[in-house]
Amino acid sequence: MFDRLRQPWSDDRAERVLGAVACLTAIAIVLMVVFVAERAWPTFSHEGLSWLGSGGSLDSQVNAMVNTSANPPASAFFLRAWPLIYGTLLTAGFAVIFGLAISLATAIFIVDFAPRPVARAMAPVIRLLASIPSVVYGLIGILVLVPFVGNNLITQGEKASVANVIELTGAGLLVSVVILTVMITPIMTALITDALGSVPRSWHEGAVALGLNPLRATIAVSLRAVRPAIIAAAALATARAIGEAIVIDMVSGGNAFTPKPQDGVIFFFEPLRTLASEIIDQSENISEPALRSSIYAFALLLMFSGFMLSIGSRLVRRPLRKYELSN
Amino acid sequence: MSGVEPQALPASVAPPRGRGRRSSVRGWRRGDQLIFVLAWTAGLGLCLVAGAIVIFLGVEGLRYLDPKLLVTSPSAAVDQAHSGGFLDPLIGTLTMAVLGTLIATPLAVLTAVWVVEYGRPHWLAAVVETSIEMVAGTPDIVIAIFGLAFFQLGILAPFSFRASGGGVYGRSFLAAGIMMSLLALPLTYTATRNGLRAIPRQQREASFALGKTRAATIRSVLLPSLRPDIATGATLGLGRIVGSTAIIVLLLGATLQNSPQNSVPLLGFLRGTGSTLTSYIFFNSPAGEGNAPQKAYAAAFVLLLIVLGLNWIVGRVSRIGAGAALNAGRMAR
Repeated sequence: MFDRLRQPWSDDRAERVLGAVACLTAIAIVLMVVFVAERAWPTFSHEGLSWLGSGGSLDSQVNAMVNTSANPPASAFFLRAWPLIYGTLLTAGFAVIFGLAISLATAIFIVDFAPRPVARAMAPVIRLLASIPSVVYGLIGILVLVPFVGNNLITQGEKASVANVIELTGAGLLVSVVILTVMITPIMTALITDALGSVPRSWHEGAVALGLNPLRATIAVSLRAVRPAIIAAAALATARAIGEAIVIDMVSGGNAFTPKPQDGVIFFFEPLRTLASEIIDQSENISEPALRSSIYAFALLLMFSGFMLSIGSRLVRRPLRKYELSN
Repeated sequence: MSGVEPQALPASVAPPRGRGRRSSVRGWRRGDQLIFVLAWTAGLGLCLVAGAIVIFLGVEGLRYLDPKLLVTSPSAAVDQAHSGGFLDPLIGTLTMAVLGTLIATPLAVLTAVWVVEYGRPHWLAAVVETSIEMVAGTPDIVIAIFGLAFFQLGILAPFSFRASGGGVYGRSFLAAGIMMSLLALPLTYTATRNGLRAIPRQQREASFALGKTRAATIRSVLLPSLRPDIATGATLGLGRIVGSTAIIVLLLGATLQNSPQNSVPLLGFLRGTGSTLTSYIFFNSPAGEGNAPQKAYAAAFVLLLIVLGLNWIVGRVSRIGAGAALNAGRMAR
């Protein structure tokens, strides 16, 4: 009965079978949208778009959702998700800005300045940093960075000044941003370095021949040529930064506070929550109907941001293909 | 993108520059000198961070890593001396790696072959490519929570088990493994696709000229020469699977010990819940309930060794450069 399978496949059959397999990924995406949206639906049907706004304490709203009945009334879905959205934007935004600056500088270092052996050693270093599991970064963050910040950078006076609102332990915006930056910099560096490597040598040489120093030539010609790749790298790094759940949950402090810039230095030490870390934090209570719907609504928001960023980075990279600068 | 050969190393990594230019930095403008200093700082800073992490984890790990930890099961205890080792998480990590890679690799290779070698209708190929990029851009927490909703469908009860209330629990090695394969898929796909595109057209034409069909060409000409690319992609995917925590916490139950669903040898284990090294580290960090930093350091050290080993394999196996390998995955999380 398996004889037919053992024979070499005809072209037609191979094409159909492989095509069917290839469609599985597309089907997975559709299923993902359907399932997440379906479970998030009660939240949006009860709360509408004001769900995205701000108002009240998120922590107490979430706590009120625990132990509601099996068929919760519409009022049980009350939640204002802005603190989480703000936390997500804040951490991802800072991390991407710092990460972009560092990875641009590193890429220039590798291409223009590093002596050959150093440049060659950079590749495994970057690969290592990119492949360290996030939970290990989180562990170092919570066991090393958080106590360091809490004991050395925050003064007793600062702790006392806000003691009636929040507790400053060291876990908060600063440590979250530092760890996220370390996590996303290697990816951006690899992408930008690769793109720079695919710029034809002669373009750079031409610029040097016209009297630019090698650095200026890189900035004026090579970096400019791969601008789309830089934007795409930043988009992918942003996707990773907003989706990072475990690390932020470990190092961002105990509650869904919104760090306030007008607080001065304390701003950087204030705790926060992001959409992804709140999902991890509340995963134990996921059987509560109202809370479950809210959690899936957080996931829906994350999912669409992720989709937008990957489609965006695909569109942005398109001009590069014309010059065969992208693979 | 067509015809760009993957090189042994990206040209950028080994720039054939003259020596004279570097000595002329003194003559540059102030701003350029500043960038020069910043670039060196950033480059060496990254090396320093990587070195510090490895050395720190090495020191802490070796201090707390007792060979006994590797062969004893974890148990609930307040005292770190009595909370056991991480045999179960180690087995869990291994199971996840095998399951995820076994599912993802064939899927990714077949998809890549179809997209490059057939790819008709054109719009469908574009949809497939976009879908894979979307999967790559989806945070693993979203994949995890989607998996939870999916495997709680009544019809999918065989993949996990029914909880006491009658609802499907939706958390098991099988459920987590299938979702893990989504993490590895884009990495393996991109590596395979780039490998296929790098094979010269003439090689296919020669095969056609000898009377082979397209399908036979794929099987006996293209796939054998793709082995290094597939191995690179699969290893990168393996790295992501081993390092993912969110899927384990949400979809594997992250129980302290691996608890088989029933006594059926393999299936009962796969339908049951368990933990991996990542969830074990999370559990034992101050953020988790175990709060046993010594155990967490020891487990993190073991996990780092696994990741270093995988990195070493990627470096050995891959024909493409290190940066390109990362690029192939777009995002080795």
